[in-house]
Amino acid sequence: MTTRTVKFSIYRFDPEKDAKPYMKDYSVELDSSDRKLLDALVKLKVVDDSVSFRRSCREGVCGSDAMNINGRNGLACITDIDSLKQPIQIRPLPGLPVVRDLIVDMTQFFKQYHSIKPYVVNDTPAPDRERLQSPEDREELNGLYECILCACCSTSCPSFWWNPDKFVGPAGLLAAYRFIADTRDTATNERLDNLEDPYRLFRCHTIMNCVDVCPKELNPTKAIGKIKDLMVKRMA
Amino acid sequence: MAVPVRKFDAVIVGAGGAGLRAALQLSEAGLKTAVLSKVFPTRSHTVAAQGGVSASLGNSEPDHWHWHMYDTVKGSDWLGDQDAIEFMCREAPNVVVELEHFGMPFDRNADGTIYQRPFGGHMSNFGEKPVRRACAAADRTGHAMLHALYQRNVRANTQFFVEWMALDLVRDEQGNVQGVVAMEMETSEVYVFQAKATLFATGGAGRIFASSTNAFINTGDGLGMAARAGIPLEDMEFWQFHPTGVAGAGVLITEGVRGEGGILRNSAGERFMERYAPNAKDLASRDVVSRAMVTEINEGRGCGPNKDHVLLDITHLDPEVIKSKLPGIREISIKFAGVDPIKAPIPVVPTCHYQMGGIPTNYRGEVVVHDQVVSGFYAAGEVACASVHGANRLGTNSLLDLLVFGKSSGNSMIEFIKAAPKDLPPLATADVDRSLARVARLDGQQNGTPVETARAAMQRTMQNHCGVFRFKDMLKEGVEKILEVESMVKTIEIADKSKTFNTARLEALELENLIEVAKATMISAEARTESRGAHVRDDAADTPEHPNGRDDQNWLKHTLWFRDANRLEYKPVNLKPLTVETIALKTRSY
Repeated sequence: MTTRTVKFSIYRFDPEKDAKPYMKDYSVELDSSDRKLLDALVKLKVVDDSVSFRRSCREGVCGSDAMNINGRNGLACITDIDSLKQPIQIRPLPGLPVVRDLIVDMTQFFKQYHSIKPYVVNDTPAPDRERLQSPEDREELNGLYECILCACCSTSCPSFWWNPDKFVGPAGLLAAYRFIADTRDTATNERLDNLEDPYRLFRCHTIMNCVDVCPKELNPTKAIGKIKDLMVKRMA
Repeated sequence: MAVPVRKFDAVIVGAGGAGLRAALQLSEAGLKTAVLSKVFPTRSHTVAAQGGVSASLGNSEPDHWHWHMYDTVKGSDWLGDQDAIEFMCREAPNVVVELEHFGMPFDRNADGTIYQRPFGGHMSNFGEKPVRRACAAADRTGHAMLHALYQRNVRANTQFFVEWMALDLVRDEQGNVQGVVAMEMETSEVYVFQAKATLFATGGAGRIFASSTNAFINTGDGLGMAARAGIPLEDMEFWQFHPTGVAGAGVLITEGVRGEGGILRNSAGERFMERYAPNAKDLASRDVVSRAMVTEINEGRGCGPNKDHVLLDITHLDPEVIKSKLPGIREISIKFAGVDPIKAPIPVVPTCHYQMGGIPTNYRGEVVVHDQVVSGFYAAGEVACASVHGANRLGTNSLLDLLVFGKSSGNSMIEFIKAAPKDLPPLATADVDRSLARVARLDGQQNGTPVETARAAMQRTMQNHCGVFRFKDMLKEGVEKILEVESMVKTIEIADKSKTFNTARLEALELENLIEVAKATMISAEARTESRGAHVRDDAADTPEHPNGRDDQNWLKHTLWFRDANRLEYKPVNLKPLTVETIALKTRSY
């Protein structure tokens, strides 16, 4: 198996022993079968077991290993090592408190997700069978329901950096529209009320970093635009 | 013992499909429930399931739960318990419709009903021809299901303890279960979660093998905890090797690809499954397809420069079908195999995928040792063995298992909690002390074995000695080797001693769970001297007396492995369904 050496510069911070964060350089020997950035981080952890990061499915569907890679948010498990300029600079997702190394405290992110009531609301009695939905109506959910809550988008958004407590952020708003767009959900008005606020929705200034970084190629800006349209229509 | 104790009606370990479904029952019943998970719930491995969840809705063509039951019993190679299988298949339409009501974004047919696709081993009219039974949300069914269940739990105000790792089960002197010892990952602080009822929904342990479709978190924590607490593990010799893992990467490619018309081809371009399963062809049961693939490769008809894989071909399908029904597969194929399946076939190889065995339960989700219920202890999902999958699981029955047994165990817990005394009994401390000692040993270890050294040795041993085809001599040697690995695990050492989100410590604790699963697997496999379902040995070949190498006279029974002295016991298979006639033993062919 051919090997190659890859150079990294990794953000390190353990609050127990570090007064402040620092960048540490590493060289890692990789096999030809190591193709993704996560493969390299796993190899690195064998050499230095203190390097800390989250990971699970290693196929881009669980959303655990979001990090800032050469200045851009992404998932380590689906990022090709060979596509990256070396030394590869790895930092935690920006804008959230760092717990340790690449592990951030995601409380604020999930709080915003929860604030949009992320579940289908329908208080009409459920039929004995499935609620019917046409393929066309179901198609409205494509590009919305696939979100993996990795936070790449919200932590690349300047509006979220400034107001993480007030602005729902692209992930939360994408989810909000996912339920508005679902023909089975009967709470569209309440959902719009919930977002009608100078901050919660309208802090989106269509910078579109979210669209740029989404590892699932979703488009939160478009969903936000649709919510804004509905707001306008409702006022008219 | 100076460990803080938190008290609940119920504690659930694991927030994948089974844990979330059970939590919903308990939360909606108003019981004080704690759900512990190593990861944020939507990161649980249910998220990676792709193809579908089975239910005989009959939305596209006639179907019946009895046919589903027949297929499941046959798929299990008659090792499944027929009461549990009947229960699961009868409940399937209810729990799937319920999931739709929770908001699951199923694909739809033109008439608005849930879209269903064919899947391996699912047939109409007692094995006649493939039937559309797999209810699907594109090829992201697990993701859609896990998120829908989490969302419904948000609505129900379920209390989650996210990034907590359970360390050990707590039992009193009589063996009744009192809860778990658990560590908060961010601080490394250890607590006892005491409860009237405890559910393990911790998933599988595919990481005992070197090559696996499983996530890093699938480390058999529930199995390790149960084994250390004296609970046996059932049928651990039965591991499913999924036919289509991406060659080299191990990432799963759903059987739904073949359900949509995908074909497996060897180096000659031949559709070789026609020779192995003339009726079901590429949609035969997973064990059958995996063995056919390995046979093709072993006989020199593999593809690629090393002739070490076969090809999964969907280039003949309409690109629009691929884009709408298999978008995730296309994405995985491009990212991990470097091929766009619209244009070129995907290199695939059988890869460890699912554990049919687990903690023995009945169909109510109660943990049982032989016929004896372990009071206060429940298990559901991949960690449990009800046993509905027997010697080989049918595709889409795992997501169904989560829903049916998550719900039924939740209901059993509610009944148990309501009948229990109002106040919790005094906490027994022996297990708590043992758990603390385990953590202290790890933190104090010097001149020990690096975690990676022991883990790699375990994974290599399992891969080489206990794979798709098994050999008498290799199994015997495998037992010796895995016991050597166990002695390495006893001295594993970590360099990082930080208390703050110490993932090195967590990986070490996980390895202590994995090694229990590896031992159970190798020892149970070595002892079972027949071929059945996913367990096929060279010394139990296909003969007229024992078709497919199956020996019902001696081996129509469940294995129970006990950690204590690696003792094996056996218990009979329940061939008696709840309401219908027994599905009689038959030679299995597709």
